[in-house]
Amino acid sequence: MAVCIAVIAKENYPLYIRSTPTENELKFHYMVHTSLDVVDEKISAMGKALVDQRELYLGLLYPTEDYKVYDYVTNSKVKFVMVVDSSNTALRDNEIRSMFRKLHNSYTDVMCNPFYNPGDRIQSRAFDNMVTSMMIQVC
Amino acid sequence: MEVAAGGGCGAGPPLLLSESEQQCYSELFARCAGAASGSPGPGPPEATRVAPGTATAAAGPVADLFRASQLPPETLHQITELCGAKRVGYFGPTQFYVALKLIAAAQSGLPVRTESIKCELPLPRFVMSKSDAEIRFGNPAELHGKKVQIPYLTTEKNSLKRMDDEDKQQETPSPTMSPLASPPSSPPHYQRVSLSHGYSKLRSGTEQMQPASYETRQPIGQPEGSSSEGPGSKPLRRQASLIRSFSVERELQDNSINYPDEPWRITEEQREYYVNQFRSLQPDPNSFISGSVAKNFFTKSKLSIPELSYIWELSDADCDGALTLPEFCAAFHLIVARKNGYPLPEGLPPTLQPEYLQAAFPKSKWECAIFDSYSESMPANQQPCDLNRMEKTSVKDMADFPVPTQDATTGDDKQALKSTVTEPLPKDLSEDTATSKDYNSLKARPRSRSYSSTSIEETMKRGEDPPTPPPRPQKTHSRASSLDLNKVFQPSVPATNSGLLPPPPALPPRPCQTQSEPVTEADLHPQLNRAPSQAAESSPAKKDAPHAQPPSKPIRRKFRTENQTTESQEPAAAVGGAASAAVVKPHPTVQKQSSKQKKAIQTAIRKNKEANAVLARLNSELQQQLKEVHQERIALENQLEQLRPVTVL
Repeated sequence: MAVCIAVIAKENYPLYIRSTPTENELKFHYMVHTSLDVVDEKISAMGKALVDQRELYLGLLYPTEDYKVYDYVTNSKVKFVMVVDSSNTALRDNEIRSMFRKLHNSYTDVMCNPFYNPGDRIQSRAFDNMVTSMMIQVC
Repeated sequence: MEVAAGGGCGAGPPLLLSESEQQCYSELFARCAGAASGSPGPGPPEATRVAPGTATAAAGPVADLFRASQLPPETLHQITELCGAKRVGYFGPTQFYVALKLIAAAQSGLPVRTESIKCELPLPRFVMSKSDAEIRFGNPAELHGKKVQIPYLTTEKNSLKRMDDEDKQQETPSPTMSPLASPPSSPPHYQRVSLSHGYSKLRSGTEQMQPASYETRQPIGQPEGSSSEGPGSKPLRRQASLIRSFSVERELQDNSINYPDEPWRITEEQREYYVNQFRSLQPDPNSFISGSVAKNFFTKSKLSIPELSYIWELSDADCDGALTLPEFCAAFHLIVARKNGYPLPEGLPPTLQPEYLQAAFPKSKWECAIFDSYSESMPANQQPCDLNRMEKTSVKDMADFPVPTQDATTGDDKQALKSTVTEPLPKDLSEDTATSKDYNSLKARPRSRSYSSTSIEETMKRGEDPPTPPPRPQKTHSRASSLDLNKVFQPSVPATNSGLLPPPPALPPRPCQTQSEPVTEADLHPQLNRAPSQAAESSPAKKDAPHAQPPSKPIRRKFRTENQTTESQEPAAAVGGAASAAVVKPHPTVQKQSSKQKKAIQTAIRKNKEANAVLARLNSELQQQLKEVHQERIALENQLEQLRPVTVL
């Protein structure tokens, strides 16, 4: 389902981007990038009333391909962006949330590694495996 | 030797070879001739000695050999020319021997001249590649016979380079940890080299005798003298390992290799080494090494950061950012393996899993029996993934006891353990050190002291830091009560947090004088023990402690049971006051010198202060625990919210 997953750092640079190599990956990167604007807008709009686990759902739909872009922001302003192909059965919100939670847990595990400096690209194999499983599972 | 005759083909000068030289040269010639199987010219090795005129050494191996002598190419050209090979176009034995002699001369610093070979020279030194070595050592008898020459053929500096390449093909460890070498290509050494070198010295005693050292490297009872087991399992590796330098890592790797299928298995030696390293970083084997400390330590291994990161990922099973002893051993082992050329596994091998490590090595050899029991009581068996550190250490601590048998799996067992311990004196010792260890672990958790070792040797020498008062309080007191008092307060301080049983001031006797003491002890211990136990009721293991305490107490102090049970419910806050008040009571009752009383009071005050500090720390840890519980609650609430029917999509 998820065709692209990206982890964006607080300063809006990518820590991790992975997409299924079916199409031009740049397109996904671009989509992720544009979604950041929407994310920032929503963050500023929400102000102080922040829930622990926030989820932002962007209904970006391309005319040709059905894509939905989901965002998930953590307390430390790390954003997880997921692009899903909605030509499959539409994912329920819960599933998206569970996927994000898994992402978040894996990300926390990566953080726990003392050899990982926050701000580096994520090169953890465990994280990769988890992301791959998410991307493959629905295809 | 036929060489002296000058041979029919080669026109080299007459050579006088010593016995050893003859042996060596003929061996080398045989190898060069025999190694080039299928290449034109070489006859059977034996034949070369018989018919010097007919056999030649193939140019390839000879060139390799000459290059192995590490002489500059122009020198080698000179030698080749001089020995006559160029003239005749091939390396007959004459030429070969002359060349070898010239090489020896060159290596000794003499000019390459025909005259120089007339004198006595040491054997030429060749840095053998592994393939050469294998062929060379295919003959066990020769190996033993040539023990003297082995030092020349052992890996010198650049051998590592070659072996690295071949290692990858054959999956044998490269002696990256050679204390002698400075391998440019393989991962550079770090402090561990010196340590490992020292360690290997400790372990093996001798460095030079390969069979002997190999013996010591094989505590599991492998036959001594690797060469004798040549045809057996992995002859190549073993024989190759013979000529390697003697580093611990390589020794360890050999040990690992000797297991039929598990390079990831940790042997007893390795385990001990890892444990020592662990203790150098963190005196309490039950506690963790924090991420930063471990990072500094492992960075010294000069592996790349991504590799270290990956190793950490593999070994930190619970992903808590800290390494317990089995995790540390696994990580260390992976690093060792990686440095020896093993590719890192995709997943943590089963033999490196923390549970396996704890089960496989239930008894690691600590210096002191106490440590022994502690290391096992550390069964971080309770390793839930979301490790609440507070839980963890306190569980371990309570899992306790300085008993030779480790078995802290159930609370009942703990009780049994505690009940079985009856000797006063050893108990004393054990408890004192044990409690001091508790103290260490407690201190370590908030990481108030960083054990990042600047030098590993230093930290190893440091041994166990006693943040606690000295385990043996002033024995100078002749008065029994004061002695008891010291033992009461000093060990009780750390014991409070850990929930350990109060140490038995063991000297049973003097009931008349110490009648009041039991009261104070009973006051202190149950109350202080209650504090941690009450605080951590959420942990089921902790509940064992309170249960465990009352039953064992009666065994220790038979005359105190009633006091303990009655006072078990007093609030912790009253401890300080009660203790001090109780402390004062015994003094007037005892008709002894007042100076000793004052001393006792002072020590009691000090102990109380320490108890306060400990309690404060306990408080902070409890606060942290509370925070984590809050977070859990939040997570659960979120889950609940999501489970509600979806309103919008």
